[in-house]
Amino acid sequence: MTKKIEAIIREEKLNDVKEALRRIGIVGMNVVEVRGHGHQGGIELVGRQGTYYVDLLPRIQLNIVLSDHNVEPTIEAISDAARTGGIGDGLIFVYPVEEVIRIRTGERGRDALTYEDDIDTRRQKIPVRNGVNGGNGVKVS
Amino acid sequence: MDNINAGDTAWLIVATGLVLMMTPALAFFYGGMVRKKNALSTLNLSIVTMGVISIQWVLYGYTLAFGQSMGGFVGGLNFLGLNGVGAAPNADYAATIPHLLFAAYQMMFAVITPALITGAFVERIKFKTYLVFILLWATLVYDPLAHWVWGVGGFLRSMGALDFAGGTVVHVSAGFSALAFALAIGPRRWFGRAPMEPHNIPFTILGAGLLWVGWFGFNGGSALAANGLAVYALVNTNTAAAAAGLVWMFLTWQDGKPSVLGFVTGAVVGLVAITPAAGFVTPMSAILIGALAAPISYYAMRLRQRRNLDESLDVWACHGMGGAWGALATGLFATKTINEAGADGLFYGNVAQFGIQAVALIIAIAFAFGITFVLTKALNAVWGLRVSPNAEEVGLDISEHGEQAYA
Repeated sequence: MTKKIEAIIREEKLNDVKEALRRIGIVGMNVVEVRGHGHQGGIELVGRQGTYYVDLLPRIQLNIVLSDHNVEPTIEAISDAARTGGIGDGLIFVYPVEEVIRIRTGERGRDALTYEDDIDTRRQKIPVRNGVNGGNGVKVS
Repeated sequence: MDNINAGDTAWLIVATGLVLMMTPALAFFYGGMVRKKNALSTLNLSIVTMGVISIQWVLYGYTLAFGQSMGGFVGGLNFLGLNGVGAAPNADYAATIPHLLFAAYQMMFAVITPALITGAFVERIKFKTYLVFILLWATLVYDPLAHWVWGVGGFLRSMGALDFAGGTVVHVSAGFSALAFALAIGPRRWFGRAPMEPHNIPFTILGAGLLWVGWFGFNGGSALAANGLAVYALVNTNTAAAAAGLVWMFLTWQDGKPSVLGFVTGAVVGLVAITPAAGFVTPMSAILIGALAAPISYYAMRLRQRRNLDESLDVWACHGMGGAWGALATGLFATKTINEAGADGLFYGNVAQFGIQAVALIIAIAFAFGITFVLTKALNAVWGLRVSPNAEEVGLDISEHGEQAYA
Protein backbone atom coordinates (compact mmCIF):
# COMPACT_ATOMS: atom_id res chain seq x y z
CA MET A 1 0.00 0.00 0.00
CA THR A 2 1.00 3.56 -0.63
CA LYS A 3 0.47 6.53 1.64
CA LYS A 4 0.74 10.28 1.32
CA ILE A 5 2.18 12.29 4.17
CA GLU A 6 1.10 15.87 4.35
CA ALA A 7 3.03 17.78 7.00
CA ILE A 8 2.34 21.37 7.99
CA ILE A 9 5.48 22.82 9.60
CA ARG A 10 7.02 26.14 10.56
CA GLU A 11 8.72 27.91 7.65
CA GLU A 12 11.92 28.26 9.60
CA LYS A 13 12.11 24.49 10.17
CA LEU A 14 12.13 23.58 6.48
CA ASN A 15 15.89 23.23 6.23
CA ASP A 16 16.05 21.09 9.37
CA VAL A 17 13.25 18.84 8.15
CA LYS A 18 14.72 18.50 4.65
CA GLU A 19 18.05 17.58 6.16
CA ALA A 20 16.44 14.96 8.46
CA LEU A 21 14.54 13.44 5.52
CA ARG A 22 17.61 13.38 3.34
CA ARG A 23 19.44 11.52 6.07
CA ILE A 24 16.90 8.68 6.08
CA GLY A 25 16.78 8.61 2.27
CA ILE A 26 13.59 10.46 1.36
CA VAL A 27 14.56 11.88 -2.01
CA GLY A 28 11.29 13.15 -3.40
CA MET A 29 8.87 15.68 -2.01
CA ASN A 30 7.10 18.80 -2.96
CA VAL A 31 6.78 21.86 -0.84
CA VAL A 32 3.96 24.40 -0.81
CA GLU A 33 3.94 27.74 0.96
CA VAL A 34 0.64 27.98 2.81
CA ARG A 35 -0.98 30.26 5.33
CA GLY A 36 -3.12 29.24 8.21
CA HIS A 37 -3.59 28.86 11.89
CA GLY A 38 -4.61 26.24 14.37
CA HIS A 39 -6.15 27.00 17.72
CA GLN A 40 -3.22 29.26 18.67
CA GLY A 41 -4.40 32.20 16.52
CA GLY A 42 -1.88 34.65 15.08
CA ILE A 43 0.85 37.06 15.99
CA GLU A 44 1.32 40.79 16.32
CA LEU A 45 3.37 42.63 13.72
CA VAL A 46 4.73 46.15 13.98
CA GLY A 47 3.61 48.96 11.73
CA ARG A 48 4.46 52.64 11.78
CA GLN A 49 1.78 53.41 14.37
CA GLY A 50 2.36 50.45 16.65
CA THR A 51 1.21 46.88 16.38
CA TYR A 52 -1.45 45.07 14.40
CA TYR A 53 -2.70 41.53 14.47
CA VAL A 54 -2.09 38.93 11.77
CA ASP A 55 -4.15 35.76 12.15
CA LEU A 56 -2.97 33.70 9.16
CA LEU A 57 0.68 32.77 9.51
CA PRO A 58 2.99 31.45 6.82
CA ARG A 59 3.59 27.71 7.06
CA ILE A 60 5.19 25.10 4.84
CA GLN A 61 3.27 22.10 3.61
CA LEU A 62 5.37 19.08 2.65
CA ASN A 63 3.85 16.38 0.47
CA ILE A 64 5.58 13.02 0.40
CA VAL A 65 4.23 9.81 -1.14
CA LEU A 66 5.79 6.57 0.08
CA SER A 67 5.22 2.91 0.91
CA ASP A 68 3.37 1.92 4.08
CA HIS A 69 6.40 0.56 5.86
CA ASN A 70 8.25 3.87 5.48
CA VAL A 71 5.55 5.99 7.04
CA GLU A 72 6.55 5.65 10.68
CA PRO A 73 10.27 6.48 10.27
CA THR A 74 9.31 9.46 8.13
CA ILE A 75 6.82 10.76 10.68
CA GLU A 76 9.47 10.37 13.33
CA ALA A 77 12.08 12.26 11.27
CA ILE A 78 9.70 15.13 10.49
CA SER A 79 8.42 15.41 14.07
CA ASP A 80 11.88 15.44 15.61
CA ALA A 81 13.20 18.04 13.19
CA ALA A 82 10.13 20.30 13.23
CA ARG A 83 9.51 20.33 16.97
CA THR A 84 10.32 23.45 18.97
CA GLY A 85 7.96 22.62 21.83
CA GLY A 86 6.04 25.84 21.28
CA ILE A 87 2.47 26.22 20.09
CA GLY A 88 2.30 26.21 16.29
CA ASP A 89 4.78 23.40 15.56
CA GLY A 90 2.26 22.00 13.08
CA LEU A 91 0.47 18.78 12.16
CA ILE A 92 1.11 15.67 10.08
CA PHE A 93 -1.68 14.00 8.11
CA VAL A 94 -1.44 10.54 6.51
CA TYR A 95 -3.73 9.58 3.62
CA PRO A 96 -4.11 6.40 1.58
CA VAL A 97 -3.05 6.76 -2.08
CA GLU A 98 -5.02 4.90 -4.77
CA GLU A 99 -2.44 4.86 -7.50
CA VAL A 100 0.89 6.42 -8.54
CA ILE A 101 1.93 6.85 -12.17
CA ARG A 102 5.31 8.12 -13.30
CA ILE A 103 4.54 10.16 -16.40
CA ARG A 104 7.90 9.69 -18.12
CA THR A 105 7.84 5.87 -18.12
CA GLY A 106 4.24 4.96 -17.43
CA GLU A 107 5.38 2.91 -14.43
CA ARG A 108 2.75 2.37 -11.78
CA GLY A 109 2.57 1.67 -8.07
CA ARG A 110 5.80 0.99 -6.25
CA ASP A 111 7.86 1.04 -9.42
CA ALA A 112 6.83 4.65 -9.87
CA LEU A 113 8.00 5.48 -6.33
CA THR A 114 11.48 3.96 -6.25
CA TYR A 115 14.66 5.83 -7.06
CA GLU A 116 18.38 5.29 -6.81
CA ASP A 117 19.40 5.94 -3.19
CA ASP A 118 15.85 6.16 -1.87
CA ILE A 119 14.75 4.96 1.55
CA ASP A 120 14.17 1.36 0.37
CA THR A 121 17.46 0.99 -1.49
CA ARG A 122 19.26 2.13 1.61
CA ARG A 123 17.40 -0.36 3.73
CA GLN A 124 18.48 -3.11 1.33
CA LYS A 125 22.08 -2.01 1.23
CA ILE A 126 22.66 -1.91 4.97
CA PRO A 127 21.64 -5.56 5.62
CA VAL A 128 23.67 -6.78 2.65
CA ARG A 129 26.77 -5.14 4.07
CA ASN A 130 26.08 -6.85 7.39
CA GLY A 131 25.32 -10.14 5.73
CA VAL A 132 21.79 -10.25 7.09
CA ASN A 133 18.74 -10.27 4.88
CA GLY A 134 16.65 -7.61 6.43
CA GLY A 135 15.57 -5.97 3.21
CA ASN A 136 12.01 -5.79 2.09
CA GLY A 137 12.57 -7.09 -1.39
CA VAL A 138 11.60 -4.00 -3.34
CA LYS A 139 13.17 -3.98 -6.79
CA VAL A 140 15.02 -0.86 -7.78
CA SER A 141 15.07 -0.08 -11.47
CA MET B 1 30.58 85.49 -0.71
CA ASP B 2 31.73 87.24 -3.87
CA ASN B 3 33.59 84.17 -5.06
CA ILE B 4 30.48 81.99 -5.19
CA ASN B 5 29.92 80.62 -8.67
CA ALA B 6 26.28 79.90 -9.46
CA GLY B 7 27.07 77.13 -11.96
CA ASP B 8 29.42 75.32 -9.57
CA THR B 9 26.97 75.68 -6.71
CA ALA B 10 24.02 74.42 -8.75
CA TRP B 11 25.97 71.39 -9.95
CA LEU B 12 27.16 70.51 -6.46
CA ILE B 13 23.62 70.77 -5.05
CA VAL B 14 22.48 68.31 -7.72
CA ALA B 15 25.53 66.09 -7.15
CA THR B 16 24.76 66.02 -3.42
CA GLY B 17 21.30 64.73 -4.23
CA LEU B 18 22.71 62.15 -6.64
CA VAL B 19 25.11 60.79 -4.03
CA LEU B 20 22.36 60.70 -1.40
CA MET B 21 20.29 58.62 -3.82
CA MET B 22 23.06 56.02 -3.95
CA THR B 23 22.28 54.84 -0.42
CA PRO B 24 18.70 53.76 -1.13
CA ALA B 25 20.01 52.46 -4.47
CA LEU B 26 22.50 50.33 -2.56
CA ALA B 27 19.67 49.19 -0.27
CA PHE B 28 17.86 47.76 -3.30
CA PHE B 29 21.08 46.40 -4.82
CA TYR B 30 21.71 44.40 -1.64
CA GLY B 31 18.04 43.85 -0.77
CA GLY B 32 17.43 41.89 -3.96
CA MET B 33 20.30 39.52 -3.25
CA VAL B 34 19.12 38.18 0.10
CA ARG B 35 16.34 35.75 0.93
CA LYS B 36 12.77 37.00 1.12
CA LYS B 37 12.65 36.78 4.91
CA ASN B 38 15.51 39.28 5.25
CA ALA B 39 14.52 41.77 2.55
CA LEU B 40 13.39 44.58 4.87
CA SER B 41 16.23 44.03 7.28
CA THR B 42 18.77 44.32 4.48
CA LEU B 43 17.15 47.44 2.99
CA ASN B 44 17.08 48.93 6.46
CA LEU B 45 20.76 48.35 7.16
CA SER B 46 21.55 50.76 4.32
CA ILE B 47 18.69 53.22 4.80
CA VAL B 48 19.29 53.72 8.51
CA THR B 49 22.79 55.08 7.85
CA MET B 50 21.00 58.10 6.35
CA GLY B 51 19.70 58.70 9.85
CA VAL B 52 22.68 57.84 12.01
CA ILE B 53 25.53 59.24 9.93
CA SER B 54 23.68 62.40 8.88
CA ILE B 55 23.42 63.38 12.54
CA GLN B 56 26.94 62.19 13.38
CA TRP B 57 28.37 64.22 10.49
CA VAL B 58 26.64 67.44 11.52
CA LEU B 59 27.58 66.99 15.18
CA TYR B 60 31.23 66.02 14.90
CA GLY B 61 31.97 63.85 11.84
CA TYR B 62 32.69 66.74 9.52
CA THR B 63 35.11 68.40 11.86
CA LEU B 64 37.00 65.15 12.52
CA ALA B 65 37.46 64.76 8.77
CA PHE B 66 37.92 68.34 7.58
CA GLY B 67 38.71 70.40 10.70
CA GLN B 68 42.10 72.00 11.34
CA SER B 69 44.56 69.10 11.06
CA MET B 70 46.00 67.70 14.26
CA GLY B 71 49.33 66.29 13.19
CA GLY B 72 47.91 65.02 9.90
CA PHE B 73 45.93 62.28 11.66
CA VAL B 74 42.56 63.79 12.52
CA GLY B 75 40.72 67.05 12.14
CA GLY B 76 40.39 69.34 15.13
CA LEU B 77 37.11 70.45 16.64
CA ASN B 78 36.89 73.90 15.02
CA PHE B 79 33.88 72.85 12.92
CA LEU B 80 32.07 71.08 15.79
CA GLY B 81 28.32 71.20 15.16
CA LEU B 82 29.15 72.76 11.75
CA ASN B 83 30.16 75.88 13.67
CA GLY B 84 31.43 78.47 11.21
CA VAL B 85 30.47 76.32 8.22
CA GLY B 86 28.09 78.49 6.30
CA ALA B 87 27.31 80.26 3.05
CA ALA B 88 30.82 81.62 2.55
CA PRO B 89 33.27 79.38 0.67
CA ASN B 90 36.22 77.66 2.31
CA ALA B 91 39.06 78.17 -0.14
CA ASP B 92 40.98 75.19 1.29
CA TYR B 93 38.42 72.80 -0.21
CA ALA B 94 36.17 74.51 -2.72
CA ALA B 95 36.63 78.19 -3.36
CA THR B 96 33.51 78.79 -5.45
CA ILE B 97 30.71 77.08 -3.53
CA PRO B 98 29.35 77.62 -0.01
CA HIS B 99 31.39 75.79 2.62
CA LEU B 100 28.16 74.29 3.92
CA LEU B 101 27.50 72.75 0.50
CA PHE B 102 30.94 71.11 0.55
CA ALA B 103 30.13 69.71 4.01
CA ALA B 104 26.74 68.45 2.80
CA TYR B 105 28.27 66.83 -0.29
CA GLN B 106 30.88 65.09 1.83
CA MET B 107 28.15 63.98 4.24
CA MET B 108 26.62 61.78 1.56
CA PHE B 109 29.93 59.94 1.14
CA ALA B 110 30.09 59.39 4.89
CA VAL B 111 26.51 58.05 4.79
CA ILE B 112 26.98 55.48 2.04
CA THR B 113 30.33 54.06 3.17
CA PRO B 114 29.13 52.16 6.27
CA ALA B 115 26.11 51.02 4.23
CA LEU B 116 28.51 49.34 1.79
CA ILE B 117 29.91 47.18 4.59
CA THR B 118 26.48 45.72 5.42
CA GLY B 119 26.71 43.22 2.56
CA ALA B 120 29.18 41.24 4.67
CA PHE B 121 26.81 40.38 7.50
CA VAL B 122 23.25 40.50 6.15
CA GLU B 123 20.73 37.88 7.30
CA ARG B 124 22.30 37.40 10.76
CA ILE B 125 23.35 40.74 12.25
CA LYS B 126 21.82 41.95 15.50
CA PHE B 127 20.34 45.37 14.74
CA LYS B 128 21.16 46.95 18.10
CA THR B 129 24.84 46.08 17.76
CA TYR B 130 24.83 47.27 14.15
CA LEU B 131 23.63 50.75 15.14
CA VAL B 132 26.49 51.09 17.60
CA PHE B 133 28.91 49.65 15.05
CA ILE B 134 28.20 52.20 12.32
CA LEU B 135 28.50 55.08 14.75
CA LEU B 136 31.85 53.83 16.05
CA TRP B 137 33.09 52.83 12.61
CA ALA B 138 32.31 56.26 11.15
CA THR B 139 34.10 57.88 14.06
CA LEU B 140 37.14 55.60 14.31
CA VAL B 141 37.68 54.57 10.68
CA TYR B 142 35.91 56.79 8.14
CA ASP B 143 36.47 60.24 9.63
CA PRO B 144 40.22 59.81 10.27
CA LEU B 145 40.79 58.14 6.90
CA ALA B 146 38.90 60.90 5.08
CA HIS B 147 41.14 63.35 6.90
CA TRP B 148 44.34 61.52 5.94
CA VAL B 149 43.41 61.46 2.24
CA TRP B 150 41.37 64.64 1.71
CA GLY B 151 41.92 66.94 4.67
CA VAL B 152 44.36 69.80 4.26
CA GLY B 153 47.41 68.60 6.20
CA GLY B 154 46.21 64.98 6.12
CA PHE B 155 49.31 62.81 5.97
CA LEU B 156 48.39 60.71 2.91
CA ARG B 157 47.38 63.85 1.01
CA SER B 158 50.66 65.50 1.99
CA MET B 159 52.49 62.39 0.78
CA GLY B 160 50.93 62.97 -2.66
CA ALA B 161 48.47 60.07 -2.73
CA LEU B 162 45.72 60.61 -5.32
CA ASP B 163 42.13 59.62 -4.60
CA PHE B 164 39.75 61.61 -6.75
CA ALA B 165 36.39 60.56 -5.33
CA GLY B 166 37.04 58.05 -2.59
CA GLY B 167 38.43 54.80 -3.98
CA THR B 168 40.48 54.36 -0.84
CA VAL B 169 38.43 56.33 1.67
CA VAL B 170 35.12 54.78 0.66
CA HIS B 171 35.63 51.52 -1.21
CA VAL B 172 38.87 50.05 0.08
CA SER B 173 37.95 50.93 3.65
CA ALA B 174 34.44 49.46 3.31
CA GLY B 175 35.67 46.37 1.47
CA PHE B 176 38.37 45.39 3.91
CA SER B 177 36.20 46.26 6.90
CA ALA B 178 33.59 43.92 5.41
CA LEU B 179 36.19 41.16 5.27
CA ALA B 180 37.09 41.70 8.93
CA PHE B 181 33.43 41.77 9.95
CA ALA B 182 32.64 38.57 8.04
CA LEU B 183 35.50 36.77 9.79
CA ALA B 184 34.27 37.98 13.16
CA ILE B 185 30.57 37.18 12.74
CA GLY B 186 30.91 33.81 11.00
CA PRO B 187 28.73 32.23 8.31
CA ARG B 188 24.96 32.20 8.09
CA ARG B 189 23.19 29.03 9.25
CA TRP B 190 23.03 26.50 6.42
CA PHE B 191 25.69 28.40 4.47
CA GLY B 192 27.06 26.02 1.84
CA ARG B 193 24.45 23.36 2.72
CA ALA B 194 21.20 24.95 1.58
CA PRO B 195 20.65 27.27 -1.37
CA MET B 196 20.67 30.99 -0.56
CA GLU B 197 19.25 32.40 -3.74
CA PRO B 198 18.73 36.10 -4.38
CA HIS B 199 15.02 36.65 -3.85
CA ASN B 200 14.54 39.53 -6.30
CA ILE B 201 17.17 40.12 -9.00
CA PRO B 202 15.09 42.94 -10.57
CA PHE B 203 15.59 44.87 -7.29
CA THR B 204 19.32 44.38 -7.66
CA ILE B 205 19.25 45.64 -11.25
CA LEU B 206 17.17 48.63 -10.19
CA GLY B 207 19.69 49.35 -7.44
CA ALA B 208 22.68 48.97 -9.75
CA GLY B 209 21.09 51.26 -12.34
CA LEU B 210 20.46 53.96 -9.76
CA LEU B 211 23.99 53.53 -8.40
CA TRP B 212 25.36 54.07 -11.90
CA VAL B 213 23.37 57.32 -12.25
CA GLY B 214 24.28 58.43 -8.74
CA TRP B 215 27.95 57.81 -9.46
CA PHE B 216 27.89 60.73 -11.93
CA GLY B 217 27.37 62.87 -8.84
CA PHE B 218 29.88 60.89 -6.80
CA ASN B 219 32.73 61.23 -9.31
CA GLY B 220 31.56 64.16 -11.44
CA GLY B 221 30.79 66.18 -8.34
CA SER B 222 34.24 65.50 -6.92
CA ALA B 223 35.60 68.06 -9.38
CA LEU B 224 33.79 70.46 -7.00
CA ALA B 225 32.95 72.65 -9.98
CA ALA B 226 30.86 72.59 -13.14
CA ASN B 227 33.80 72.40 -15.48
CA GLY B 228 35.71 70.25 -17.96
CA LEU B 229 37.19 68.12 -15.22
CA ALA B 230 33.70 67.19 -14.01
CA VAL B 231 32.87 66.10 -17.55
CA TYR B 232 36.04 63.99 -17.79
CA ALA B 233 35.12 62.35 -14.49
CA LEU B 234 31.58 61.68 -15.72
CA VAL B 235 32.68 60.18 -19.03
CA ASN B 236 35.40 58.08 -17.39
CA THR B 237 32.85 56.83 -14.87
CA ASN B 238 30.39 55.74 -17.53
CA THR B 239 33.12 54.19 -19.67
CA ALA B 240 34.66 52.11 -16.88
CA ALA B 241 31.24 50.84 -15.75
CA ALA B 242 30.40 49.79 -19.30
CA ALA B 243 33.72 48.00 -19.81
CA ALA B 244 33.61 46.17 -16.49
CA GLY B 245 29.95 45.15 -16.92
CA LEU B 246 30.66 43.64 -20.33
CA VAL B 247 33.81 41.83 -19.23
CA TRP B 248 32.05 40.39 -16.18
CA MET B 249 29.20 39.20 -18.38
CA PHE B 250 31.69 37.43 -20.64
CA LEU B 251 33.41 35.86 -17.64
CA THR B 252 30.12 34.33 -16.48
CA TRP B 253 29.43 33.26 -20.06
CA GLN B 254 32.75 31.48 -20.16
CA ASP B 255 31.73 29.63 -16.97
CA GLY B 256 28.15 28.96 -18.11
CA LYS B 257 25.72 31.56 -19.35
CA PRO B 258 25.81 35.36 -19.62
CA SER B 259 24.49 36.43 -16.24
CA VAL B 260 22.28 39.48 -15.85
CA LEU B 261 23.26 39.77 -12.21
CA GLY B 262 26.84 39.40 -13.47
CA PHE B 263 26.55 42.35 -15.84
CA VAL B 264 25.26 44.73 -13.17
CA THR B 265 27.76 43.45 -10.59
CA GLY B 266 30.55 44.08 -13.08
CA ALA B 267 29.24 47.57 -13.76
CA VAL B 268 29.35 48.40 -10.05
CA VAL B 269 32.90 47.04 -9.85
CA GLY B 270 33.87 49.26 -12.77
CA LEU B 271 32.35 52.25 -10.99
CA VAL B 272 34.33 51.38 -7.87
CA ALA B 273 37.60 51.01 -9.76
CA ILE B 274 37.31 54.30 -11.64
CA THR B 275 36.41 56.26 -8.50
CA PRO B 276 39.96 57.19 -7.41
CA ALA B 277 41.06 57.74 -11.02
CA ALA B 278 38.03 59.48 -12.53
CA GLY B 279 39.52 62.98 -12.56
CA PHE B 280 43.08 62.00 -13.47
CA VAL B 281 42.87 59.67 -16.48
CA THR B 282 41.75 59.63 -20.11
CA PRO B 283 38.61 57.81 -21.30
CA MET B 284 40.87 55.26 -23.07
CA SER B 285 42.50 54.49 -19.75
CA ALA B 286 39.04 54.22 -18.19
CA ILE B 287 38.24 51.35 -20.56
CA LEU B 288 41.33 49.47 -19.37
CA ILE B 289 40.69 50.26 -15.71
CA GLY B 290 37.13 48.95 -15.98
CA ALA B 291 37.99 45.95 -18.14
CA LEU B 292 40.71 44.78 -15.74
CA ALA B 293 38.65 45.48 -12.62
CA ALA B 294 36.12 42.83 -13.64
CA PRO B 295 38.45 39.78 -13.63
CA ILE B 296 40.19 40.98 -10.47
CA SER B 297 36.91 41.12 -8.54
CA TYR B 298 35.46 38.09 -10.29
CA TYR B 299 38.34 35.83 -9.32
CA ALA B 300 38.51 37.37 -5.85
CA MET B 301 34.88 36.32 -5.49
CA ARG B 302 35.65 32.79 -6.71
CA LEU B 303 38.53 32.59 -4.23
CA ARG B 304 36.21 33.72 -1.44
CA GLN B 305 33.74 31.00 -2.40
CA ARG B 306 36.43 28.32 -2.53
CA ARG B 307 37.59 29.34 0.94
CA ASN B 308 33.97 28.85 2.07
CA LEU B 309 33.96 32.30 3.62
CA ASP B 310 30.49 33.78 4.04
CA GLU B 311 31.26 37.38 3.18
CA SER B 312 27.72 37.28 1.97
CA LEU B 313 27.35 39.88 -0.78
CA ASP B 314 31.04 40.14 -1.74
CA VAL B 315 31.81 43.61 -0.47
CA TRP B 316 35.47 42.66 -0.17
CA ALA B 317 35.74 41.24 -3.69
CA CYS B 318 33.82 44.10 -5.35
CA HIS B 319 34.68 47.17 -3.28
CA GLY B 320 37.87 46.09 -1.52
CA MET B 321 39.63 44.53 -4.49
CA GLY B 322 37.99 46.78 -7.10
CA GLY B 323 38.97 49.81 -5.03
CA ALA B 324 42.52 48.51 -4.50
CA TRP B 325 42.93 48.04 -8.25
CA GLY B 326 41.54 51.54 -8.83
CA ALA B 327 44.01 53.07 -6.37
CA LEU B 328 46.94 51.33 -8.05
CA ALA B 329 45.59 52.05 -11.53
CA THR B 330 45.52 55.74 -10.65
CA GLY B 331 49.25 55.44 -10.07
CA LEU B 332 49.62 53.88 -13.52
CA PHE B 333 47.28 55.90 -15.73
CA ALA B 334 47.10 59.38 -14.14
CA THR B 335 48.16 62.22 -16.40
CA LYS B 336 48.50 65.94 -15.86
CA THR B 337 47.01 66.55 -19.29
CA ILE B 338 43.64 65.76 -17.71
CA ASN B 339 44.19 67.37 -14.33
CA GLU B 340 47.02 69.81 -13.65
CA ALA B 341 46.43 69.52 -9.92
CA GLY B 342 47.03 65.77 -10.09
CA ALA B 343 50.21 63.97 -11.05
CA ASP B 344 51.60 61.75 -13.78
CA GLY B 345 51.43 58.01 -13.24
CA LEU B 346 53.89 55.26 -14.06
CA PHE B 347 52.83 55.01 -17.72
CA TYR B 348 53.52 58.74 -18.04
CA GLY B 349 57.02 58.41 -16.68
CA ASN B 350 56.43 58.97 -12.97
CA VAL B 351 57.30 55.67 -11.26
CA ALA B 352 57.19 57.29 -7.83
CA GLN B 353 53.43 57.94 -8.05
CA PHE B 354 52.74 54.22 -8.28
CA GLY B 355 54.77 53.67 -5.14
CA ILE B 356 52.92 56.41 -3.29
CA GLN B 357 49.58 54.90 -4.30
CA ALA B 358 50.69 51.45 -3.13
CA VAL B 359 51.91 52.71 0.23
CA ALA B 360 48.70 54.70 0.82
CA LEU B 361 46.67 51.65 -0.15
CA ILE B 362 48.48 49.34 2.26
CA ILE B 363 48.11 51.83 5.10
CA ALA B 364 44.38 52.20 4.43
CA ILE B 365 43.85 48.42 4.23
CA ALA B 366 45.74 47.75 7.45
CA PHE B 367 43.94 50.56 9.26
CA ALA B 368 40.40 49.69 8.14
CA PHE B 369 40.83 45.94 8.57
CA GLY B 370 42.60 46.24 11.92
CA ILE B 371 40.25 48.71 13.61
CA THR B 372 37.16 46.93 12.32
CA PHE B 373 38.40 43.56 13.50
CA VAL B 374 39.08 44.86 17.01
CA LEU B 375 35.79 46.77 17.03
CA THR B 376 33.72 43.74 16.01
CA LYS B 377 35.43 41.51 18.59
CA ALA B 378 34.70 44.09 21.29
CA LEU B 379 31.07 44.52 20.21
CA ASN B 380 30.66 40.76 20.09
CA ALA B 381 31.82 40.51 23.67
CA VAL B 382 29.52 43.28 24.88
CA TRP B 383 26.26 42.84 22.94
CA GLY B 384 26.85 39.97 20.52
CA LEU B 385 27.02 40.42 16.75
CA ARG B 386 24.48 37.75 15.81
CA VAL B 387 20.82 37.12 16.46
CA SER B 388 19.82 33.76 18.01
CA PRO B 389 19.73 30.71 15.69
CA ASN B 390 15.93 30.64 15.81
CA ALA B 391 15.65 34.35 15.03
CA GLU B 392 17.96 33.78 12.08
CA GLU B 393 15.82 30.90 10.78
CA VAL B 394 12.63 32.95 11.13
CA GLY B 395 14.34 35.82 9.30
CA LEU B 396 15.36 39.23 10.55
CA ASP B 397 12.31 41.02 9.12
CA ILE B 398 10.01 39.35 11.64
CA SER B 399 12.47 38.62 14.43
CA GLU B 400 14.24 41.99 14.53
CA HIS B 401 11.64 44.39 13.15
CA GLY B 402 8.27 42.62 13.50
CA GLU B 403 7.48 43.47 9.89
CA GLN B 404 7.35 41.50 6.69
CA ALA B 405 8.34 42.63 3.21
CA TYR B 406 5.59 40.77 1.39
CA ALA B 407 2.21 40.22 3.04
